[in-house]
Amino acid sequence: MTAINFPGEPRRRGTNLEKWGWIYMRASGVVLLVLIFGHLIVNLMVGEGVKAIDFGFVGGKWADPFWQWWDVTMLWLALIHGANGMRTLVNDYTNPGTTQKVLKGALFAAAAVLIVLGTLVVFTFEPCPAGSPADLLPSFCPAV
Amino acid sequence: MPENPAGTLTTPAKPAKQKPGGTLYRGREGMWSWVLHRITGVAIFFFLLVHILDTALVRVSPEAYNAVIGTYQTPIMGLGEVALVGAIVFHAFNGLRIILVDLWAWATRHQKLLFYIVIALWVITMLGFTPRHLINVFSH
Repeated sequence: MTAINFPGEPRRRGTNLEKWGWIYMRASGVVLLVLIFGHLIVNLMVGEGVKAIDFGFVGGKWADPFWQWWDVTMLWLALIHGANGMRTLVNDYTNPGTTQKVLKGALFAAAAVLIVLGTLVVFTFEPCPAGSPADLLPSFCPAV
Repeated sequence: MPENPAGTLTTPAKPAKQKPGGTLYRGREGMWSWVLHRITGVAIFFFLLVHILDTALVRVSPEAYNAVIGTYQTPIMGLGEVALVGAIVFHAFNGLRIILVDLWAWATRHQKLLFYIVIALWVITMLGFTPRHLINVFSH
């Protein structure tokens, strides 16, 4: 089945990317609410909150694949959600032209670079780097 | 007895007040929820860029990460974190309101009520978060 075409209307072809953007903002938004509220509760509300965060704290979390995937999912969903939201503002407040292209290019580049960087950091993280003082490291690191 | 018998022409006692540019939208709940959604969204986006970079320092050295994360534990930044969490909580709850308004006819009709529910939930959430966070920031 094809969608109804009114007489004289050019046939629309391909995917409606703006529609999928609209759907993405809502679907990712709901997931991000859960992921970010969980992130804030674990990092800011439990125990001594922000005062407890250090290398050992992060190392302890990322020793568990559960928190690695939690944080990587948050990274991808949030950066794409944020960059697409900023694209909406660029569309609203600039006219089509070079400036608009540069701004959208910068948003795309920032999101792409940080997604790659963040994903590599989470999955190549070394919780017990050689030569570091033991009191800075997670408690499970072997004493040297 | 009817005060205005049929056939009597009356003019309204007061002409309806017409504010310049007054519409159902402008200056009302719908506009302010939109404005706040944009402002909080932009603020959260720029924090996110910084936050990914500071977290990436765990890949440099424990000392580098601890030095930067230590600045998040100062009183000034502690207050900034209250503002950040306030922005996130508003954006989250108002985002749910937007989804409901888009998908559910009842919510479209009652979007103003939903805006005040968002504000109420925001106040409750911040009352839960702020004291606990500030005690952590200022007392350890």
